[in-house]
Amino acid sequence: MTSTAILEVRDIRKTFTASGRTVHALNGVSLSLEKGETLGIIGESGSGKSTLGRIAVGLDTATSGSLLVEGERLDVLSPSLRREKLRKCQMIFQDPYSSLNPRLTVGRQIGEGLFASGVSDWREIRGTVADLLERVGLKREFAERYPHEFSGGQRQRIAIARALAPGPEIVVADEPVSALDVSIQAQILDLLAEIGRESLLSYLFISHDMAVVARLCDRIAVMHRGRVVESGPVAAVIENPQHPYTRNLLDAVPRFGRRRAGGKPTPVELPRHEDGDAFVAVSEGHLVLQAGGLRAAKTV
Amino acid sequence: MTSTTVTAATLRSLPFTVILGTGLALLIIAAALLAPYLAPFDPMRMAAGPRLAAPSAAHLFGTDEFGRDLLSRVLMGGRLSLGIGVAAVVSGLAIGGLLGLLAAFSGRLVQAVLLRVIDVLYSFPDTLIALALVAFLGPGIENATLAIAISLVPFYARVTYGLAAAERAKPYIEAAQLAGVRPGRLVRVHVMPNIGQSLIVMGTLGFSSAILSAAGLSFLGLGVQPPSPEWGAILASGRNYITKAPWILLFPGVAICLTVLSFNLIGDSLRDLVDPRRKGRP
Repeated sequence: MTSTAILEVRDIRKTFTASGRTVHALNGVSLSLEKGETLGIIGESGSGKSTLGRIAVGLDTATSGSLLVEGERLDVLSPSLRREKLRKCQMIFQDPYSSLNPRLTVGRQIGEGLFASGVSDWREIRGTVADLLERVGLKREFAERYPHEFSGGQRQRIAIARALAPGPEIVVADEPVSALDVSIQAQILDLLAEIGRESLLSYLFISHDMAVVARLCDRIAVMHRGRVVESGPVAAVIENPQHPYTRNLLDAVPRFGRRRAGGKPTPVELPRHEDGDAFVAVSEGHLVLQAGGLRAAKTV
Repeated sequence: MTSTTVTAATLRSLPFTVILGTGLALLIIAAALLAPYLAPFDPMRMAAGPRLAAPSAAHLFGTDEFGRDLLSRVLMGGRLSLGIGVAAVVSGLAIGGLLGLLAAFSGRLVQAVLLRVIDVLYSFPDTLIALALVAFLGPGIENATLAIAISLVPFYARVTYGLAAAERAKPYIEAAQLAGVRPGRLVRVHVMPNIGQSLIVMGTLGFSSAILSAAGLSFLGLGVQPPSPEWGAILASGRNYITKAPWILLFPGVAICLTVLSFNLIGDSLRDLVDPRRKGRP
């Protein structure tokens, strides 16, 4: 992988110990996110996609492996430089209710990010906050209100404005629309796409919903049991899924399931991948994890 | 903002116990504050009346073994008891709260050590801790207050830790961390407003326990020293005359009971009101 990527994870592993049992959440995940790109991470709950997102913004630390922001390894930086780099990585959370502080005005919450990045004049901050609110499709005067006065969709817009306040280049969106009404989902997705284009943001878009990912993303990485099993351009992966797990996921979406080959989905044995398994190129940029390691790779 | 606005409707919807508790507490506080004006006699003046006189028009609560007016002593004693309670709760809550916050927002090792120490201390009854501390510090009103404050620290630290740790796990705190908010500001601006209400409720609950400890220590002769009129101290000096003059024990005893009852009523009801499960609702 080249170092032009704005965000890169290399062989990230994460193990949790819960009541004596060891859980391997991530088993060596390597991904890179190019500038201005939207990379969708898709997988079922427990596949490790959220853990990956949390590690990418520094809310969690990996057990091993490294995280690179703009080509620099964070683990070798000094704490203050690391904070600096991590401020470029912001996150939009799934639940628009628990992700907003019920006791602070909306303006205050958005403004905290500006204050922390060195703007100390609250009059100036208030102006920028109003601009941000306008940018996410809300009224400037909403800054004086409290979160409970807003609907779920409006709250998620506020959360987006808050994520934008520190001037991020990378935004990790962890299931940002799955808690919203279907009618609101499209609006929020369009808003994310629009803001991404305007500000040249790079998104790491985590979702379990293939339709949502297909709508917004340039590339997809499919995760299963803590590994990336298939990745590539959205069209290539959806039209020509190679990994049995990807096919399962697509079959679960009526629109995509029908498009492929017709017929009923047949239950398949999902391969259990080992650390030695290698990726095989299907087409330009479209990789699939092949069980059986290098031996299998040679046959393709 | 909206959640703290008191309207007539919210007042009506308050449970009866809150109204009873608050009314009683306000009465007791008013009596303590106005004691110098309300007290018919100087509480220290001996032979203000006959010795061990039963309650009468001249001495509503009767007199004690030195002929001091008991009503005046109970009123003035309230000032001491409540004063010790307030001072102990405020300082106990401040120290315990800081320790709890420290435990909730520090690294794993510091947290583990702090929590274990707090747990061990919390397993002792607070009156016992206060008693041991006074035995060590020596008797007197200042030492008793300090000892009671320290005895409340484990309780407040534990409660604050629980509340703060629950807040810390919420995404809005993580979002603030991502925005680059430093730990001190995070606690002050983002965490405290969310747990302050609950801490005030815990303050009222600790208050009655502090009053009891103060009375207990004074009764044992370790707190307020005679001839100062403190409820526990009055009880202690009156216990020799329980058969001849039971009113010496009755009135300060009732005062202690009512104070503890009123603050427990307020604390319990408020605790239900700020229950986390009801929080966040408009």
